[in-house]
Amino acid sequence: MTKTRNLYLIPYAAWMLLFVATPIVLIVYNSFFDVEGNFTLDNFQKFLTPVYLRMTFNSFWYALLITVFSLLVAYPTAYWLTRTKHKQLWLLLIIVPSWINLLLKTYAFIGLFGTYGFVNAIFEWVGIGTQQILFTDFSFVFVSVYIFIPFMILPIYNALEELNPSLIYAARDLGASPWKTFRRVVFPLTLGGVKAGCQAVFIPALSLFMITRLIAGNRVVTLGTAIEQHFLVTQDWGMGSAIAVLLIIVMAVIMMLTGNRGARNSIR
Amino acid sequence: MTDKTIIRFDNVTQRYDRDTVLDNVSFEIERGKFYTLLGPSGCGKTTILRLIAGFIEPSEGHIYFKGKVINDVPADKRQVNTVFQDYALFPHLNVFENVAFGLRIKKLKNAVVTEKVKEALRFVNLNGYEDREISEMSGGQRQRVAIARAIVNEPEILLLDEPLSALDLKLRTEMQYELRELQRRLGITFIFVTHDQEEALAMSDEIFVLNKGEIQQSGTPTDIYDEPINRFVADFIGESNIVPGRMISDFLAEFAGKSFECVDQGFSPNEPVEIMIRPEDLEITTQEQGNLLIKVDSQLFRGVHYEISGYDEAGNEWLVHSTKKAVVGESIGLRFDPEAIHVMRFGETEEEFDRRLEAYSDHEDEAVGGGQGGGSTR
Repeated sequence: MTKTRNLYLIPYAAWMLLFVATPIVLIVYNSFFDVEGNFTLDNFQKFLTPVYLRMTFNSFWYALLITVFSLLVAYPTAYWLTRTKHKQLWLLLIIVPSWINLLLKTYAFIGLFGTYGFVNAIFEWVGIGTQQILFTDFSFVFVSVYIFIPFMILPIYNALEELNPSLIYAARDLGASPWKTFRRVVFPLTLGGVKAGCQAVFIPALSLFMITRLIAGNRVVTLGTAIEQHFLVTQDWGMGSAIAVLLIIVMAVIMMLTGNRGARNSIR
Repeated sequence: MTDKTIIRFDNVTQRYDRDTVLDNVSFEIERGKFYTLLGPSGCGKTTILRLIAGFIEPSEGHIYFKGKVINDVPADKRQVNTVFQDYALFPHLNVFENVAFGLRIKKLKNAVVTEKVKEALRFVNLNGYEDREISEMSGGQRQRVAIARAIVNEPEILLLDEPLSALDLKLRTEMQYELRELQRRLGITFIFVTHDQEEALAMSDEIFVLNKGEIQQSGTPTDIYDEPINRFVADFIGESNIVPGRMISDFLAEFAGKSFECVDQGFSPNEPVEIMIRPEDLEITTQEQGNLLIKVDSQLFRGVHYEISGYDEAGNEWLVHSTKKAVVGESIGLRFDPEAIHVMRFGETEEEFDRRLEAYSDHEDEAVGGGQGGGSTR
């Protein structure tokens, strides 16, 4: 019994070892060496300089913006979804785009937002004139939100679906207006879903790099961009690894802070 | 309508898509009484409750609260509170905050809230449980929290949506007493929804029997039990023997191939009718003394009584509740009084039924008419 179970575990264990554990060990190992291959703690010290702190701040700031806007769009959408007739169909329509390659979707936006793109054509037509949309903070946040939104909608949708509808009736019955019902009953009881959604958006958003280049035109430099540059351009693997290590630690901390709370809430 | 009336339904119809859940229902509910809406699932009883609570708006007709139309008054603006079937307690709040919910919405001072919540919890025998989480409470305790949460708002009407259905038998019987007692102490109107006829008979001042979106009959528990208007009510409330028959003339009914003296009148001569006799009104005697002969087919011991089933010569099945034992396969006599025979006309509405009773019973007019009409006209 236990033998066969162990047998089934082999692919999983091998995967975890090769593609999760080993890379992390390698990254940690690399982070202690400089370009010449000497052991050093300089990489971490360098991280504390204004250049990198600014990138860190940028990463967090944009990740926060992306998370907040995703939440603002996703919550009402999820709420509306639970109330529609063809839930499964609508849900599918929201999920399907997330199956399409990220790069493809990003390129699509270059087409849409470019100087001779679709959006500017409309602007031209209504008389606003051509605007610089691509390579702005707006386009960066907009495209990121577009890409992350299914990951925010799903957990919130699930939390709303699990919510016992008679709780809403009970709140109304006890004198709560629709808004108060939302604030005191619906939102607190779906907080678990909100937290899960924020995690699923905030953490990957911290290390975005491709969108920063393609849509924000490197005007937004985040830690993700920095890692990419160090590995591919400056060849300073040590520094790139050090940033990655710190990013992993931050992610773990965020997971611990939000994850545990979310879990306890949903049990209640 | 009198000023005792608190809720009035005026030709209310409720449809969901094409389904008519309530069909042109009219009734009145008086202040301070214990009402029960009784019927099988899907009969529209919960719909009536939701209409009163304000969770849904009627498709047609008007609902009056103290003489004012409240069709489009939202639930949170009505002086009505509900105890839900699944209690619907807020899982993220403890017992105290659950009960305090309505008071906090009204923005009462903390001291007042504390005092009122404690009083409400004392009322349902839950003092000392303030800081418990809902998940730590048993089914019966949750039930009480739900009641406390509703009555703390001092509603004029308390709606109870099958609140006892999730409890075990013993607790359910206990809660029946407690609810009845609670209603007397509070003096407010209770509207209780159930599919359990025993519960309805035990607790109510007035029962509305519903089927397929229509009120079949309304009246006191004894009225409904003793004078069911049709086969559905007779069958649904208590156990009954219903056999086809004929009214030969006033006070003379024919069924099972024999004619019997009875107390009903107002039928056309030889009108086909249904005869209903309660199993406990049938008495086992010798073959010679019985009005009716049956061959015993089966017998069950029910604790309080034996439930004996048998067939007469005409092939009708008779159910007898008796403390006396019978022997399966033997023929026994059944004796019953003329009063035990209840004659039901086919397709008679409650109004026609009332009118017939009133027209033919001169001095009994007040007693019978008053009981029958209590829910609808008086």
